[in-house]
Amino acid sequence: MKALRNYLNRVKPHFEPDGKLHAFRSVFDGFETFLYTPNTTSTSGVNIHDSLDSKRVMIIVVLALMPCLLFGMYNTGYQNWLAAGATEFPFWELMLYGFLAVLPRIVVAYVVGLGIEFVVAQWRREEIQEGFLVTGILIPLICPIETPLWMLAVATAFSVIFVKEVFGGTGYNVFNVALVTRAFLFFAYPAQMSGDKVFVSTSSICGLGHNLTDGFSGATPLGQIASFTGGDLQLLNITGNPISTWDAFLGLIPGSFGETSTLCILIGAVILLATGIASWRIMLSVVVGGLLMGWIANVFETPTYPASFLNPLDQLLYGGFAFAAVFMATDPVTAARTGTGKYIYGLLVGVVAVLIRTYNNGYPEGAMLAVLLANALAPLIDYCVVQANVARRMRRLKARA
Amino acid sequence: MRRTINLRKGLNLNLQGALSDESIKKELSPASVALVPDDFPGFLPKLEVKEGDSVNAGQPLLHDKNDTDMKLVSPVSGVVESVVRGARRKIMRVVVRPDASAGTSVVHDTASAKTPQGLRELLKKSGLWAMMRRRPYDIVPQDADEPRDIFVTAMDTAPLAPALDRMVSGRQDEIKAALAALKSLTKGNIYIGVEKGAAFPDFSDAEIVEFPALHPAGNVGVQIANIKPVNKGEVVWTLDIVTLVRIGSLLLNGVVDSSTCVAVTGSEVASPCMVKTVIGADMATLLKGDVRTDGRHHRVISGNVLTGVPVGEEGYLRYPYRQVTVIPEGDDADEFMGWASLSPKKMSVNRSFLGHFLSRAFNPDARLNGGKRAMIMSGEYDKVFPMDILPEYLIKAIISKDIDQMEALGIYEVAPEDFALAEYVDPSKLELQKIVREGLDYLRSEV
Repeated sequence: MKALRNYLNRVKPHFEPDGKLHAFRSVFDGFETFLYTPNTTSTSGVNIHDSLDSKRVMIIVVLALMPCLLFGMYNTGYQNWLAAGATEFPFWELMLYGFLAVLPRIVVAYVVGLGIEFVVAQWRREEIQEGFLVTGILIPLICPIETPLWMLAVATAFSVIFVKEVFGGTGYNVFNVALVTRAFLFFAYPAQMSGDKVFVSTSSICGLGHNLTDGFSGATPLGQIASFTGGDLQLLNITGNPISTWDAFLGLIPGSFGETSTLCILIGAVILLATGIASWRIMLSVVVGGLLMGWIANVFETPTYPASFLNPLDQLLYGGFAFAAVFMATDPVTAARTGTGKYIYGLLVGVVAVLIRTYNNGYPEGAMLAVLLANALAPLIDYCVVQANVARRMRRLKARA
Repeated sequence: MRRTINLRKGLNLNLQGALSDESIKKELSPASVALVPDDFPGFLPKLEVKEGDSVNAGQPLLHDKNDTDMKLVSPVSGVVESVVRGARRKIMRVVVRPDASAGTSVVHDTASAKTPQGLRELLKKSGLWAMMRRRPYDIVPQDADEPRDIFVTAMDTAPLAPALDRMVSGRQDEIKAALAALKSLTKGNIYIGVEKGAAFPDFSDAEIVEFPALHPAGNVGVQIANIKPVNKGEVVWTLDIVTLVRIGSLLLNGVVDSSTCVAVTGSEVASPCMVKTVIGADMATLLKGDVRTDGRHHRVISGNVLTGVPVGEEGYLRYPYRQVTVIPEGDDADEFMGWASLSPKKMSVNRSFLGHFLSRAFNPDARLNGGKRAMIMSGEYDKVFPMDILPEYLIKAIISKDIDQMEALGIYEVAPEDFALAEYVDPSKLELQKIVREGLDYLRSEV
């Protein structure tokens, strides 16, 4: 480690304002502070600081996403093997296949997003911020596995620039960057982003896996519900067998790469709550909101809106609901910031997610739009909570006068 | 029956270098003493002495430009060694070299203190007026102030701080005299905040309110917010119990007691102890032979780790003159990927650090432990902010210089020290105390 430190010290002058590589100063700073905790000591105010910094916050979120990522790899392989009619599912081959399928997507998201972050940081002469570490892994997790890479690149660039950087960078954005990427894909390329093929990896990679022909239906459970026309509602997997609640809980169903496994999302939730990084208020109230709206829909079940046949718990298991509750709604920058506001914000996300999914057949998945809508309303919610505090102070003043 | 207010929000930092017992270990006569005008916000210093002048203990060194009766006095008899000036000839400090044979203490005539006006004049010329504060703005009280109430804190919950109530035990007469006198300056009450369960006697002129020993409950601002918050247009005065005793001692003896008990604490102090010395004493005398010689860089703080001022080993004891803390500076550390650390030696409120679960004492250094960021995490400040104020929003209003919003969110109720714990826990490493001080100064210049 000493050698690395000495090396950094040796090359550092090149990145100073007069050095020949000064155009890459932010990049160098980014790597240096990543490798070595800065020795900057406090110059005003408190003399000691807590050990927690935003790097650690972001890394913990990335860690919490790992179970979803690993399971996504397995499930990608599993769906491919299943669609090809296989009866044996060799674990490591499935994992490797899934890894090869998702790797280009992770690379594209990080290269495009971090590239823009580096350029903007250098332009503003700021330190590189670590917010995109999380966003870059979220994007491949919430997109269908067959999303073309160039679309992913365009969508990532759009949302990093127009959702984050124009507002001032990490900590200033109004909307969740990863979700806007997903929404951009959804609305800009509707033909490629929906249908029943995009959620299953259909070709072999490096000799692994199977080239699939058209003989299967890879529609997600919510997709099947949306296109339901009558009769008994029965959710089927790729091979036409019924999906059990247990399958949905484990996540062995078609869906966006990292969103299918409620189990793995729960592991992530435990990590986030145990470390105190994510707000339990938001998570709890999103779930309560989803259950509440799911129950209301279920009580008034009608064939016009087939999703109302789902019982409230199933609403939590299918689609992106659980993932949105744990990883998307809890983004501290775009969520409500006041304590009371968090409950309201969470309820709003939960209720609207199920509301859209049930009563709008055009959008089989409501979680994404619900979180984006709640992002837009979060400042308003906070405003009301803040005004309540202000009003208390005014009343106190009037009582004195 | 005493009122008890239970505060649940807060944080007690468990640091190495605590006092093992609070009895006075030694008495130290400083080689020089200094008075720093910056310790008295709102006081615009004008010199009354020149370098080389002989001064008596209690003789004015400085007066306030706007209120020439308000003085800062020399704690000792001696010779004015130097007047140190900074940029734009600002007076940084006045240094006095003590000389016991040089003179005697100034004796004040206390007979005039029977009337409120006489008492005000006595306090001002004795220098004790400047040791009080007023809210709004957390500055030295103004001449025109008619305080609604006066708040006295008899507890210091800051890390490694000495127990204030024990520091003044046996000084009932002084406290009684001071309370009786201060009562004439306010139409309201005098409140004394004491630690729950402390053996603090009752006084007829004051209401005693108990708080738990959970920092920041010892901050007088937190006590005000939970007893009777300050509204716009109201003024309250605040002081600590040690200043109250000094006022009592002045009233009884006519002399300002400039001696002070100082807790010398911190992980880099070999044997933490209480010493008796003089206001403004030099660190060299206070710390002689006490700082560990372990080759590390040291940060010598006058005060506690949260609100204290780093003064260096050549510095002087600063207001409020009751604690010195020495910790490692930490600029000599090379920590590889500190953000990933699993070390149990890292101190944090966050549960992702092993140290959070251990009941050990930590020895943190002065590093920021991260880079400055925008406010990312939400609700972190609230956990250590036991007032009905939304600290994040108040800070944002101050940063954007929105006066209406600052007023609406309660800036008149706060002092920079109330934000010290929030600044400590902040993962975005914002300089909250500096922001609040600048906000208060800005507001005072605009309103």
